[in-house]
Amino acid sequence: MVELIETILLAVVVLFLAAGVFFMLAGAIGLLRLPDFYTRLHATGKCDTLGEVLIIFGLLLYHIYYYSPGAELSVQLVPVKLLFLICFIFFANPTATHAIMKAAYNTGVKPWKKGDRRM
Amino acid sequence: MGEKSLSAKSGKGFGIFVTFCAMFLFWLLLSGILDVLHVGAGIICSAIIAFVSHDLLVTQKWDKMLRKSGRFIIYIVWELWQILLANLDVAYRVLHPKMPIDPVVIEFDTSLRSDLAIVTLANSITLTPGTITINVDQERGRFQVHSIAQKPADALLVDKTMQEKVAKVFMEE
Repeated sequence: MVELIETILLAVVVLFLAAGVFFMLAGAIGLLRLPDFYTRLHATGKCDTLGEVLIIFGLLLYHIYYYSPGAELSVQLVPVKLLFLICFIFFANPTATHAIMKAAYNTGVKPWKKGDRRM
Repeated sequence: MGEKSLSAKSGKGFGIFVTFCAMFLFWLLLSGILDVLHVGAGIICSAIIAFVSHDLLVTQKWDKMLRKSGRFIIYIVWELWQILLANLDVAYRVLHPKMPIDPVVIEFDTSLRSDLAIVTLANSITLTPGTITINVDQERGRFQVHSIAQKPADALLVDKTMQEKVAKVFMEE
């Protein structure tokens, strides 16, 4: 029974990590393939947010199962800190994306239109 | 904040108390060490912070804030689902051999005026499928948005689901 729970938990953790890595990879490919500054920000701004959050959540579950039982309080609180990290990423990432976007727009970087050459 | 700040004395004391509790809880969660030195330092620091900057955290009557927070949490659940869709959308566009993108820059007006509501909508737009906020004019509530194709732009221009949801969460009086 214990082994079954452990297997399921490991599978869930691996699923989260794999999904995170997939989205980070999609973001990286987008950075290389998309034609201009703005569209590249679409790839990095969105995919990095979810990718990082999924990876951190996977690690959080792993930590709760393997390190928390019977540990000191400060070790048991690590998942809480990871949760704070997730919240911070959700606030900071879109804000930073928006700041970069605004800076580019105000300095006059022209958005790519369909049919233009790649920049 | 656009809302009127609390004027009554009891409101101020309540604000300091709530801020102190929040700060001290945060301290305990981050430190996790329960001896006299650490807890004492935490109490002192929380008290100073609560005294200096309580008006940043508690800006309205508590029942209003509680209702707003409740609606905000429901909104976040919906938003998480949208984020997942957004990422699948970007991944699809990026990995598709022909790259189905057709970027446009759009503008639209909203009725939102308060800081928090505008920040929420701007960040939500950035996180949801195919759109990123470029510029916000706070006085007129005008948003300038870069969209990766026409379809996500229409979701903001025609459907206006997200604007309505954010407006409902913050219920501007």
